[in-house]
Amino acid sequence: MPERSRSLRDRLAERGIDRVLWLLLPAAALLGMLFVYPFLYGLGLSVQSQEGTPGIGNYLRFFGDDFQRSTIAKTFALAIPAAALNVGISIPIAYKLRGPVRHKRVITTLLVLPATLGTVLVAEGLIRYFGPIGWFNQLLMAIGIIDAPLQLTHNYIGVMASLIITGFPLSLLLVLGHASGIDPDLERAAATLGAGPSERFRRVILPLMLPGITIAFVLAFVAAFAVFPSAVMVGNPSGETRVISIAAYQAAFERFDYPMASAIAMIMAALQFAVVGSVFLVRSRLYRGSTSGAKG
Amino acid sequence: MTIAGASERPVRRAGGLSLTSIVLVVVLGVFFLNLAALILGVVLNSFATSWFGSLVPDGLTTRWYAYAADTFQLLDVLRVTFTVGAAVVVLSLLIGAPAAYALARRQFPGKRLVMLLFLLPMLLAPITYGIPLATALYQFDLAGSLAGVILANLVPSVPFVILLLTPFIEQIDENLERAARMCGASTPRVFAKILIPLMAPGLLAAGLLVLIRVLAMFELTFLTAGPGEQTLVVALYYTVFAAGIRPTQAIDAMAVIYMLTAFVPLLVALRFVNPTQIVARIKQENVR
Repeated sequence: MPERSRSLRDRLAERGIDRVLWLLLPAAALLGMLFVYPFLYGLGLSVQSQEGTPGIGNYLRFFGDDFQRSTIAKTFALAIPAAALNVGISIPIAYKLRGPVRHKRVITTLLVLPATLGTVLVAEGLIRYFGPIGWFNQLLMAIGIIDAPLQLTHNYIGVMASLIITGFPLSLLLVLGHASGIDPDLERAAATLGAGPSERFRRVILPLMLPGITIAFVLAFVAAFAVFPSAVMVGNPSGETRVISIAAYQAAFERFDYPMASAIAMIMAALQFAVVGSVFLVRSRLYRGSTSGAKG
Repeated sequence: MTIAGASERPVRRAGGLSLTSIVLVVVLGVFFLNLAALILGVVLNSFATSWFGSLVPDGLTTRWYAYAADTFQLLDVLRVTFTVGAAVVVLSLLIGAPAAYALARRQFPGKRLVMLLFLLPMLLAPITYGIPLATALYQFDLAGSLAGVILANLVPSVPFVILLLTPFIEQIDENLERAARMCGASTPRVFAKILIPLMAPGLLAAGLLVLIRVLAMFELTFLTAGPGEQTLVVALYYTVFAAGIRPTQAIDAMAVIYMLTAFVPLLVALRFVNPTQIVARIKQENVR
């Protein structure tokens, strides 16, 4: 018998299954308990009424109510342009910075700052800086571009500004991190073969950068999709920036309607997965090979 | 750029003087200037006696810091913040590092599924799973407690540690472990004498980055904390939210203290890691 059990163990070990895999258990158990279980629990909660009667009433109520349903459009109206803008500006800058550039370390260090500060602090700063008597309006009035202060906070512009300030550095760092791994020899080879600068960018560098760009877009979108503190602080949380996360929060913690809050959370998850999934679908059709020039 | 220089180094950029370079410098410059003004405004206002509509404050004072410390129970908030931060760092390293080791060293059936489990929390905005998580924690009477806040913050932190450390461990030569075993070292001894010393830089970097993320993590803490478990960022949100009854200078004094707590670990972290790694996973610098 011991011989037989040993051979089973050997056979499993051949397939990579041995005692080392026990090391995965704590992490997997933690995420099972704190991520998968709450999610399934929320899913179950979302298909019943507050009294516990099963049914999809929460979803029907959400989509039947104009005020609630419009949060989806408001969220996308912020998240898609913010993600596209953040990643779009990052591409040419990352292209320029990808090689050994002077002060690169300083630039990247500065870029980390807004991400470290977080949305709450940026929103607080924006209330002052972009406010009617803030420096930004003072400057515009001093140089005579405008006569009266612009309304830049407590509306769509304020939230968009906060999404760019916190999101753009993250996108640039992600795109740059990926672009820096592209072997410059590939571009030199294209140049040797007679490709001009724009052709090199279009046909060599951009395709190689695309996997990094798609990842950056996905993360930028997810971050912008969940905009909550800035939508409340520098937005208009009962009007044009009443995003879906505010609707979910209000259901859970103002009306204590947990089934409804869970339903909204599930809708949020489905929307994020839909966008993330379609981006990854496009990505899977892109070139995903080596970004190095070496053979093998 | 001479023709000879161009043929020698065909792809190098022309010293940052082309039109596109200037445009890019302007874009980055405008961004950083606005960011600096935004931060400076907060800092200056926290020291202002009063400031309304003029270019600079009417006078400077430090009394808002004392006021903020008093009114917002800053000491309690700081204690909670660093308790949560330290607990999440230690626990996520203890749980994440072994999992990263297993993922780095073994190929096994179902590995993609395990990876998906570890990736999913990073592909969803925290508030999405935060609401069901908070609801579930309330069921078990864990929400509104320090334990609940720590548990909630582990959900994004553990996958982050795993993603950061897996490529790092892959770079450690497995032969070192084999050699130690050949020389008779037991598994715990291999870990203590070989792996942990070699992993130390990665563990340190991962720990600091987790701390930075926990300090800035608003949503999960906000959803799971009761009044006694607010971290600094959540307390800041509530004071801004209740603005109007508090002087703005006191709010900004609190914002400055929050900035300092975030900057200290960041400055330490930057000694060990490349800034791009703070947002992405550790890159294999020497990949050929």
